[in-house]
Amino acid sequence: MKRRFLIPLGGLLLATGVAMAQTATPTTDEIIHKANHMALYQGADMKSKVSLEITDKQGRVRERAFSSLRKNDDNPDRDQKYYTFFQAPADVRKMTFMVHKHADLEKDDDRWLYMPSLDLVKRIAAGDKRTSFVGSDFLYEDISGRSPEDDSHELIEMTEKYYVIKNTPKKPDTVEFAYYTAHIDKENFLPMKMEFFKEDGRVYRVIESMQVDAIEAEQNGQPVTYPTVTISVAKNLESGGMTKMTVSDVHYNAGIRDDIFSERYLRRPPRDVMR
Amino acid sequence: MIRIFKTGCLILLLTMMQASAPALGAEEKAWSDYIKPLEVHGFLEVRGGIRTQNDPHAKDISVMETRLQADLFTYTDWAEFKLKGDVWADGVTEKGDGDIREAWVFSRPSDFMDLKIGRQVLTWGTGDLVFLNDLFPKDWQSYFIGRDAEYLKAPSDAAKISFFSALASLDLVYTPQFDPDRFITGEYVSYWDAAAANHAGQDDIIHADRPDNWFEDDELAVRIYRNVLNYELALYGYWGFWKRPGGQNVHGTAIFPELNVYGASARGQMAGGIGNMEVAYYDSAEDSGGSDPLINNSEIRYVVGYTRDLAMDLNASLQYYVEQLLDYGAYEDSLSGAPVRDEFRQVITLQLTQLLMNQTLELSLSGYYSPSDKDTYLRPKISYDLTDSIILETGANIFIGEEDHTFFGQFENNTNVYVAVRYSL
Repeated sequence: MKRRFLIPLGGLLLATGVAMAQTATPTTDEIIHKANHMALYQGADMKSKVSLEITDKQGRVRERAFSSLRKNDDNPDRDQKYYTFFQAPADVRKMTFMVHKHADLEKDDDRWLYMPSLDLVKRIAAGDKRTSFVGSDFLYEDISGRSPEDDSHELIEMTEKYYVIKNTPKKPDTVEFAYYTAHIDKENFLPMKMEFFKEDGRVYRVIESMQVDAIEAEQNGQPVTYPTVTISVAKNLESGGMTKMTVSDVHYNAGIRDDIFSERYLRRPPRDVMR
Repeated sequence: MIRIFKTGCLILLLTMMQASAPALGAEEKAWSDYIKPLEVHGFLEVRGGIRTQNDPHAKDISVMETRLQADLFTYTDWAEFKLKGDVWADGVTEKGDGDIREAWVFSRPSDFMDLKIGRQVLTWGTGDLVFLNDLFPKDWQSYFIGRDAEYLKAPSDAAKISFFSALASLDLVYTPQFDPDRFITGEYVSYWDAAAANHAGQDDIIHADRPDNWFEDDELAVRIYRNVLNYELALYGYWGFWKRPGGQNVHGTAIFPELNVYGASARGQMAGGIGNMEVAYYDSAEDSGGSDPLINNSEIRYVVGYTRDLAMDLNASLQYYVEQLLDYGAYEDSLSGAPVRDEFRQVITLQLTQLLMNQTLELSLSGYYSPSDKDTYLRPKISYDLTDSIILETGANIFIGEEDHTFFGQFENNTNVYVAVRYSL
């Protein structure tokens, strides 16, 4: 019975949206809400393939690969549903993982894991969101998105390209960092770099977006472009570990039906994700 | 009545299969256009274990095998095909052996229906390593000697048809020939022989009289389920036989009496974790009054459970499970000196799982403790992913009991430790 999925998966991509032409400087709140939207909520739904290359301090490499579906609920930038179909490594191949993510801080996400060799649907308890995602240097919360309501935000710097926001947790005892800074692209509001600091002001974790692709899609019959982070790297400076996440075959507004995120498809995946 | 219902289901199933088959020859296509590339996977595993004490009825080795599993999968526009099988050299039986684990066709002929036909592993219900409304075959033998947890479930040769609607969903599983549990026969694990009032093992392997007439000695299992605010609610029904011998005939041969089961379950979030409860009424149809000493009495089984994370990468699950023997008075009156079963058999189960070293090292403990039987079964295990394809594993199956005849206590001489290495491709 496998473990990696005691950890939840939620959202997937540090995805993004169309840049908005802004003349005046937006408020900190506006920056945060746009960045949250760009990172997690672009399009009505999204389909992609993800691979993780996990390298430890000794240089040993492990790989994870999965297909992912994401669908937003009608209420903008709030609840979402996620579906993950694992392709590698061998011991988790064909396992499926499903999350109904609830934006309400008082409500835990609902998570299910299906193990095909036992035909077993397991309900996964909502765990610590600051645990490693499938053994990588990304944490669950990096993937599903840390709620903007969990932190207080301060615009500390504006460079030529970035807004630099300092985020301080409202409940410091629930996280392993003192605060983190986010470099948010002034044009498209994509978070391009996040640095997590300890009490003594030392950086101990860094996540960087290495490549952004403009993904074309249709919305209400009109062509749209969603800037999407397709390569990102998480480094843990304490453990010496590093994970590179590569996202490919990205499709927005694919028309994913709501019933995909049910026990029926958990037990037997939709054709789309198996290819 | 049940027979009519079963026949009805079968006819429905066959009709649906016909309806869902592709119109052959409708379009000229090469065979290769239909079949997508074949996916081939598998593993090679070596596993060895020994008893930690002498068992006069069994070998010192508890498990000793080299196993190869092959897993083939492909699909067409209208169906998916899976074949998964094991072959292994078995040091306990001193034979080569093989087992087809899965051989099925799956089709999704309409928006509201799925079909899966052939040999398949089937599971439902909410219990964690205890099964109430899940009457699909288990392999306790593999579980007790320390094979991978995958082998706790034995396959069924069955047709599963599922209907989906907004109101509720329905699963029907028809097994045309009774598939019993792979129960303890003495071949790998020695047991308490109540009739002989002694332990027995390879010297006295149980040969049970399995009902095996096709379409007559059949099984039907039904589940109706729906989610209400992500609380999973389900009703269950089963018409078949006790899955391991539940009685004996006048010649003293173990038999599988008829059994019908009706139950319900619920599972959902509770206080930062997951709570589950399930109940099942086991109607022992051949001994409805409980007065036949040779046939199991009816029972009601209950479980309540709770699981949550205690710390980072540390998960715990606790369950309280009860088997209530019905018509207990009649049962007591019918006894002739054999050890008395309690009216309420209670079992507490605990599971702890801790992940370490970037989740490559897993420490786990599963435990069953029965305060009524005064026996215990512990399964500690360590597994380490050396690479993405090599897994090392070691563990133990520890049985402790005060009495020879209780469920786990009878296996005391089978306490074993094992190691395994698996290479996957």
